[in-house]
Amino acid sequence: MTDSKIKIESLYKIFGPKPKAVLPLVLEGISKQDLLENHGHVLGLKDINIDIPSREISVIMGLSGSGKSTLIRHINRLIEPTDGRILVDGEDVLGMDKAALQNFRRHKASMVFQKFGLLVHRTVAENVAYGLTIQSVPVEEARERCQKWINRVGLSGFEGHYPSQLSGGMQQRVGLARALATDAEILLMDEAFSALDPLIRNDMQGILLELQEELHKTIVFITHDLDEALRIGDRIAILRDGAVIQQGKPQEIVMRPADDYIFDFIKDINRGRVIEVKTIMTAGEKVKGPDLNHNVLLEEALQIVSDSETREGNVVSDEGEVIGSINLAKIVQALSRPNVEVGEETRYR
Amino acid sequence: MDFDQFPSMGREDLRDFKKGIDSGFRDFSREFGEAIELFFEPLLWFLVWLEQLLQATPWPIIIIVVGALAWLGSRSIKIVVGSVLSFFAIGYFGMWEDTMSTLAIISISTLVCISLGIPTGIMMARSDRAQKIVTPILDIMQTIPAFVYLIPVVMLLGIGKVPGLIAVCIYAMPPVVRLTNLGIRLVEKEALEAADAFGASSTQRLFGVQIPLALPNIFAGVNQTIMMALSMVVIASMIGVAGLGVPVLRSISNQYLALGLMNGLAIVVLAIIFDRVSQEYGARLQKHRQGTQHD
Ligand SMILES: Nc1ncnc2c1ncn2[C@@H]1O[C@H](COP(=O)(O)OP(=O)(O)O)[C@@H](O)[C@H]1O
Ligand SMILES: [Mg+2]
Repeated sequence: MTDSKIKIESLYKIFGPKPKAVLPLVLEGISKQDLLENHGHVLGLKDINIDIPSREISVIMGLSGSGKSTLIRHINRLIEPTDGRILVDGEDVLGMDKAALQNFRRHKASMVFQKFGLLVHRTVAENVAYGLTIQSVPVEEARERCQKWINRVGLSGFEGHYPSQLSGGMQQRVGLARALATDAEILLMDEAFSALDPLIRNDMQGILLELQEELHKTIVFITHDLDEALRIGDRIAILRDGAVIQQGKPQEIVMRPADDYIFDFIKDINRGRVIEVKTIMTAGEKVKGPDLNHNVLLEEALQIVSDSETREGNVVSDEGEVIGSINLAKIVQALSRPNVEVGEETRYR
Repeated sequence: MDFDQFPSMGREDLRDFKKGIDSGFRDFSREFGEAIELFFEPLLWFLVWLEQLLQATPWPIIIIVVGALAWLGSRSIKIVVGSVLSFFAIGYFGMWEDTMSTLAIISISTLVCISLGIPTGIMMARSDRAQKIVTPILDIMQTIPAFVYLIPVVMLLGIGKVPGLIAVCIYAMPPVVRLTNLGIRLVEKEALEAADAFGASSTQRLFGVQIPLALPNIFAGVNQTIMMALSMVVIASMIGVAGLGVPVLRSISNQYLALGLMNGLAIVVLAIIFDRVSQEYGARLQKHRQGTQHD
């Protein structure tokens, strides 16, 4: 387990005229609807506890209106919480004064927005340099540092263009380069690719993963798209009505959805591309058959095992030690049916 | 009850009431008139200086400057030629001097309106309370008949260029204030959020994001302010401002049709030149918004 970079503790956010006054009701567990209808306040976030490990991509997923944008904006305090704590590298973000917060935003955490948030009166190069301009980095130095990122996201040659002259995908590359240019360790991405066409979105996910392989930033990535979450997320937290209902590794969520809400999310995904053999193996003796690394995905394992004579295979650790076995039946079962063990009473809505 | 007659204040009381206000204001102006005049002294000096400068400059130079400014603003040969020809016509029909005086007062009052109006607009945009307070004042400034506020202004400062300037500014300032406020309020939320997220200070946010993005609107406000200032030229001339308004007034009292028409048209021509040049300039400010749009 990696150390946690961002720690969110019992975070509550209530929108409305007197959030503090209705906080006790929320702590007692009033429903979102009741709070809105009888007390005129919107419950944005409810008792959020998340540890975000450093150097990984943590995805926060949920349907529209579930509080994703509200949550991510608490990390750099674009939104003030009603109650709770947010620690980044052990430092309380809420305790920061104006100057410290400004400093935090300039150097520690940068952000990529769903609708890009570019400055339309500035060129691509000027937009990418925006964070550095704010920090009063000398123009020459800023240009040099930015050029690297402009090239890196594939915008070379477009430096002098205005955002309105670019396609959506290109605009978000500008947004990404702008966020990278400040060299912040934390990257906050609020549905950064949701506004893009599927093909372009795929490209951008690729670019992000490629960059991450080299940069190892702490990325908080918001999405409403499970495929995207599974592709890029090292960890996933699922949000509903302002509360986290499940968090963990993608496999854990796919294998053991906490309730029907999540089950509905995962039921249509290609499980073969998410689940690794170690998740479904039977621990124990070596069997007759090919060896599979424990990180091999079911899609690949299916191929290998069904090609083998015994229809069985060994799961081996990185060191080559046998740690368990799998067989064709197990793989097929895991591919076809999620093991949901949720009763009628937990059925949402 | 008798509903034929409104139960008004007694005639005596009413007279005393008005008299009270009048004498109160008269005392005020006797007390502070001089100080206020002193306060406006630099403005008067500036106005006189500009007027004399324009008058003293040989006309070919003025025409060249007009053409050059028109070109810088509009980048359109048509507009440059139109402006230059208009100035030739104005000179040819004997209105050169009055036109220079009018240009002087319009320039100064526009400068005053911009330097007071834009900060006021910014203040309004930043605070809903300021907006609530200033909006009705702007409404009054735009709707109250000019003659009504001329009375206290003249009582305070007498007849002259400064009261004229103040009258013009009262009438012409609201558009630039309103459109500055509107422009800043219309700046996209995402752009502001981005500025905040990258740690912009409120000054960086104002000058780096809000004002640049509001500029087209602010500029439209300046344009309207200039137009409204021009439309005040005749009224301003009633209280001693030199310029194209003076002959218009004279032709009203003497029924000189041609004189009135010519000077009136000169005002219109100035307005059109200002408008076209500034519109073109405003459009160029927005060039980044057009571009070749993809997807
Ligand atoms: N400023 C606000 N005032 C009142 N309610 C808000 C505000 N911002 C968000 N909300 C409410 O909080 C909930 C979560 O919103 P949001 O975080 O934008 O969701 P998501 O990003 O997941 O779509 C929604 O019900 C939304 O209506
Ligand atoms: Mg959102």
